[in-house]
Amino acid sequence: MKSSKMINSFIINGVLAIICLCWTVPTIGLLISSFRDRIDINRTGWWTIFPHKDWVSVEKVKPGPEVDRNQPMTFEGVTATFEEFSKGIETEDLRLKWVGNRRVGYLDIQRYGWTAASNFSLENYKQVLAGDDYTATLADGTTVTERGDNMSRAFLNSLAVAIPSTVIPISLAAFAAYGFAWMKFPARKMLFALVVALLVVPLQIALVPILRDYVKLDLNGTFLAVWLAHTGFGLPLATYLLFNYMSELPRDILEAAFVDGASHFTIFTRLILPLSVPALASFAIFQFLWVWNDYLVALIFIGASPTNQLLTQRLAEIVGSRGQDWHLLTAGAFITMLLPLAVFFGLQRFFVRGLLAGSVKG
Amino acid sequence: MANPMASITSYSSKSRGRLVTGILALIPLLVSLVALVWGFFFLRDIQLANDSNIPQVVTVFMAIIWGVGGVVLLFTTANFFIEQLPDAWVRRLQPVLFVGPAILMLVWALVLPTIRTLILSFYDEASANLIWFENFKFVFTNDAMLVVFRNNLLWMIFGTLFTVSSGLLIAILADRSKFESFAKALIFMPMAISFVGAGVIWNFVYSVKPVDAPQIGLLNSLVVYFGGQPQAWTAFFQPWNNFFLILIVIWLQTGYAMVLFSAAIKGVPSEILEAARVDGATELQLFFRIMIPQIMGTIITVSTTIIIFTLKIFDVVIVMTGGQYGTSVIATEFYRQYFTYNNNGVGSAIAIILLVAVTPVMAYNLRQFAHREAF
Repeated sequence: MKSSKMINSFIINGVLAIICLCWTVPTIGLLISSFRDRIDINRTGWWTIFPHKDWVSVEKVKPGPEVDRNQPMTFEGVTATFEEFSKGIETEDLRLKWVGNRRVGYLDIQRYGWTAASNFSLENYKQVLAGDDYTATLADGTTVTERGDNMSRAFLNSLAVAIPSTVIPISLAAFAAYGFAWMKFPARKMLFALVVALLVVPLQIALVPILRDYVKLDLNGTFLAVWLAHTGFGLPLATYLLFNYMSELPRDILEAAFVDGASHFTIFTRLILPLSVPALASFAIFQFLWVWNDYLVALIFIGASPTNQLLTQRLAEIVGSRGQDWHLLTAGAFITMLLPLAVFFGLQRFFVRGLLAGSVKG
Repeated sequence: MANPMASITSYSSKSRGRLVTGILALIPLLVSLVALVWGFFFLRDIQLANDSNIPQVVTVFMAIIWGVGGVVLLFTTANFFIEQLPDAWVRRLQPVLFVGPAILMLVWALVLPTIRTLILSFYDEASANLIWFENFKFVFTNDAMLVVFRNNLLWMIFGTLFTVSSGLLIAILADRSKFESFAKALIFMPMAISFVGAGVIWNFVYSVKPVDAPQIGLLNSLVVYFGGQPQAWTAFFQPWNNFFLILIVIWLQTGYAMVLFSAAIKGVPSEILEAARVDGATELQLFFRIMIPQIMGTIITVSTTIIIFTLKIFDVVIVMTGGQYGTSVIATEFYRQYFTYNNNGVGSAIAIILLVAVTPVMAYNLRQFAHREAF
């Protein structure tokens, strides 16, 4: 009985470990690659950083001019023509390969053994953050100018969009939720039904009409335009969830405050908001992540101006125009993830609570 | 308050006095409004000017202060003004202050646009001539659009099926494991990642090199290791390429399903399970006869949420394939019609179809949601 339990638990933990590994490997591969040399990324898989058996170069032999390259040559006891060496010859424990052309090339002697790629640096991050052009020094001392990217600018723009786009809708929603839960006014039920009904409206429907308004008002491309759009799109869910929370708060507390002569505004700011912190925090995390990670709204309302673009837009642009520049893509992708992952790991408790309350935007 | 008679006799003069102070109390609100409008123009000019010599950090900081502070300022000054008015006015205006801004935003950002889009969908591509249902007819008969609907169907069925089942499986395994919280954190970490970021991660996994070169993509290198041919998984591998895109969303959303199922499983009363075990039920019977019925509500909530999610899927497809190679979905096709072809009519019709498709699922989801407690 006891041993079968142990086998059971072993199987459960084993399967779970394999699933977790599968889930994290794509991200880990990206993270590792972002620190690798830009040429290495494109030449070998990121897993080569782990110790593995491969051909390792042990010696480079450059034969003198007296060796006739047109005749069979002998190295390490192997005799072969130049053409054969160029293709590479494998013996039991050696691989001999001619690198370069006939006259100035050299013979690379490789041995099969343990190795691990270990060329790590922060170069890729510098290149993707620092500016539009980037000068790199190659191994042989020559310098090349490469196109990098200006993601540090985009990072700040993303902050400028994400923080107000979180605070504004939640403030509006909190006021409205309190109003719906604790105030008496005409058409209250009907207006709340409207809020719930609007949960179904996909934001695609609203993009073009709002864009037309912005063009007319000369608002397009400004931060305010994006804040207002996110506010509109986030409000139904925010109001609905905060209403669910606030309407469950004990009635006695509010009545006691009213008897003491407190106004609605005072009760709201001094009593209800502090009591609602768990709900506010949970939803704020989701709204923040949603706005930070949003691509479509930014694409439409910020547009193509590189100085104002957000992180997701810059990253998507590199994917589109330079999809094989993995050194930029890997580092860039990680820069876009830094803040969300920090928020996620720092505030996981609220994150789970928000999920359970239905904070997920369909 | 102490002497009710006194307050009644002095009511009219007091009321008039309060009206005057009320009007004076309007001043902070007006000043804030003016300051905010001025601030807006100032910020817009430095944000949109390319040659601004103000450091970007300063601009961004000011914009955040302006946006966040502006909301607080407007609510506070507006309330200050309202509270100086006679009581009857306070009762009338305070609900407007609380609920009004949200309703106003909703009407402008969602209600009116829905109506406007509906109207546009009956007009031709330049929104000039009324052509009634021609756009819808085009959408439902065009071959490319039929592929789009097929793809969304694939997303809906397989995305939902695999997300729900893998979420459930992981929740059950984690529930019996000692490393529950660690494993769960790893599984739902992708939820914090943007779709564009996820697109890059998976583009890297799927990346392909010529047959004779070493593969740098994990998938192709495994395929080659086991003797297969490297493939461009998301491009020419039709129609299976859709599944490689769907896999990304399963990866992103399983965490959500897992968290909800995990909570639901813990809510199943252990007495019922114990009783069934005593009666000799096997683990499989326990799962299908007791666990599943007990968490049915959660299964429906998760499924409908994922269905809505897959109906609206956009970012993943746009980043991975741009909607090419037969992977286009409703939302990407909407974007292409509107912004690439400038066809307002068809674009609007697609948006309306999306709304109609989402509505019944959402209605069902909300009905289910009403049975659960919040937070």
